[in-house]
Order: sequence, then structure tokens, then C-alpha cells
Amino acid sequence: MRVKVWGCRGSVPTPGPETVTYGGNTACVEVVLDEDAALVLDAGTGIRALGFDLRQRGVRHIHLCLTHLHLDHLEGLRFFAPLWDDDVTVDVWGPPSQLLSLRQRIARYFSPPLFPIELRDVPARLSFHNVEQRPWAIGGAQIRADLVLHPGPTVGYRVELDGAALAYIPDHEPALGGALAERSPDWISGSSLAANVDLVVHDAHFSEDEYPRHVGWGHSSVADAVAFATASDARQLLLFHHEPRHSDHELERLEDRARELAGDRLQPPALAREGMVVELP
Amino acid sequence: MERRPQKHLVLILARELASNLATPTLIADAEGTLVFYNEAAEEVVGRPFAEAGEMPVDEWTTSFDPRTPAGEPLPAERRPVRIALDEQRSAHQAFRITSTDGSERDVAVTALPLFAHSEEFVGIVAIFWRE
Repeated sequence: MRVKVWGCRGSVPTPGPETVTYGGNTACVEVVLDEDAALVLDAGTGIRALGFDLRQRGVRHIHLCLTHLHLDHLEGLRFFAPLWDDDVTVDVWGPPSQLLSLRQRIARYFSPPLFPIELRDVPARLSFHNVEQRPWAIGGAQIRADLVLHPGPTVGYRVELDGAALAYIPDHEPALGGALAERSPDWISGSSLAANVDLVVHDAHFSEDEYPRHVGWGHSSVADAVAFATASDARQLLLFHHEPRHSDHELERLEDRARELAGDRLQPPALAREGMVVELP
Repeated sequence: MERRPQKHLVLILARELASNLATPTLIADAEGTLVFYNEAAEEVVGRPFAEAGEMPVDEWTTSFDPRTPAGEPLPAERRPVRIALDEQRSAHQAFRITSTDGSERDVAVTALPLFAHSEEFVGIVAIFWRE
């Protein structure tokens, strides 16, 4: 399995000299499928560059799996080049809501005064689906979604392809369900998605010092990200959803801390970086 | 060691809520397995959850010999927990139990079904009121 990071910043894009190494675009990750199709996780501003890349590669069928509809996971969609091509099919998956369909909720972003063009006028062939309660297939990949702890309906994804497994849980505060060290894995939000995966891409928004002032905001400290990956028996942790105020230098300090906490229980955790490609066995 | 399946997110949140309540509270999953009760409930039932562990909720309830205030056995189908599990509706009932320490207590139980989505029943939460 080949996984490419197109955006890993949390909350808001942060272009500038302080973020050139790890990038300022918000959440978007691609799992590379065959030549004709693409699996995209989230539509933060990183999806804009991905769109041009997909167009160049001639990909005509795109499966977009959204974890939730907070803007940093959706704001790039309007500028996703394949959406403006009537020869492209886009299947959008996302968490269900009690009141509105996924299409209705996303249509809010494609309407005045937020945007001049209505969703119904998008040229691509668009379909919207609530995530299934059971695993389903996209291309050759098996996908599973499950609700995770984050404000509003939010899911994480598990993707299995070619014998490798990836968990993508970019916005997640499992510690809100109780201190992770005091919980068995079956009582930890998201643990079934990340169980024994080769790589878990996980929220590591805060430092340990910052987290206590932000309990309930839906994000994890680096320490909780490590504790989550360890409890789930994941082999490797990719630290994701970087806090907008964290410079490259500060992020590297958090990476050092994550490696210290992980010890030999995980492969050394790494910071997600725009443009990074991870090959899973 | 085989991993136990993860509890539904709603049960995880319910447990965290119950853990912070001074009101005796228990949680069962959709299959009727007692998966947690809080410290306040330990006082009522006479032993900690860590000692009791997960078990069928009927087995747990029956161990307290629930009966009506007049002393008649309270059939399972009239117990609020059973009603919430079987009929997926809320129920309330006052009754008498014998705790594991042998003391008799008059309690009332309110049981509520938990739905993650309109058609996704994930378990129940039951609150004990000391009469």
C-alpha cells in the first residue's frame, strides 16, 4: 500500500516560512489505488494539489472519504480540479447525520454567500453516501468506518489493501473517554480501527502542556497519540493534524517527545509532512 | 491474547459519564451483557465492578433476588433493564433487593435505551435510586 500525505495541518492553513518543512495545507491523504481510481481521505486544502496531480494522471474515478465536515477537512473540495470535469466520477463518503443528508450538508459550502456556484452545477458526476456500518470495498481496498470521539458526527477509517492496513483518525480525542493508561483497548474509542495496523495516522495536535487547557476540543496530545497507538498494537504512528501555531522546529520537538514516550513499543513515531510517501508492506 | 471487540462509542461515553456520577449507574450492551457499573453502584450491590466483571445482565440482576415491595418475586419481564433491552423503551420500577453483603435495600431503577442512530440500538443505561 502506498500512502501519500497532501496536507497534514490542523484547523486552518498556515503557509509561511515557519511551516515550509511539514507544510501548511489542511488534512488530505491519498491511498494510491490502480491507475484509473483514487482513494482520498479528507478534503482539506491539500486536496487542491492532489486534484491537479489526479488530472495529470488521468484518474477518472475518485472515492473521497470524509471523516467529518469541519472546514479544515472540507475547504479544499471547492478547488478540487476533478470536480470541475464532467468526465470524472466522484463518490463522496461521510458520517451520517440525524437531520440532513451528506449532500445537503456539503451543499452549504457550495452556496452563496460562501461560494458562487451551487453544488447542483458542479460538472463532475457526484454521488454522496453515508459510511456503511460494515466494511465495504473501494477498488481493491477494504474500507471500514467507525464513529470516534470528536465533536459532531466524526468517523475514522481503516483501509486494508494488498495485505497492509492503515488507520486514518486525524481528529480524535480518545482520552475524553477516560485516561488511556487506565482503559483496556475495548474501551478506547477508535481502537478497533487501529488494531494491529501497519500505520496509524493520528491526531497529535497538542503538546502535553497545551492539552489540559483544551480538553473537549476534540484533539489529542502527542502523549495520548502514542498511548493510543500502543494500546491498539499499531506498528507505526504518523503524527498528524499539526497545531497551526506550531512551527517546524516546535513540531520536531514534539516528534522527539513522541519517540521518547514510544520507547521500543512502536517504530519511532514520525511527523506527517506534505509530500511524504509511506510504503506499507 | 485475542482482543475483545471495541465497545460502541456511545457506551464508551456513557461509561465516562457514569464514572463521574455520584448516582449508582450501570451500563449494558445491546446483547444484554453488563459491561460496567460505577463506584456509586458498588455501594448498592456490595462489590466492585472490577471483581464482578462482565456478565449477562439477567444473571447479575437475579443474584440480588429482586422482588416487589410486598415481597413477591419480580419477573424478568417487569424489570426495567429487561424492558429497556427487549422493548427498547424507557422503564421505571421500585423494588427490593438483597445485596451481596446480605442487606436488604429498597431501590428504584430507571432504565433508558441508547440509540447511536435512529435505528441503531447499542445498549442501555440504568440508574438506581435509593428509596
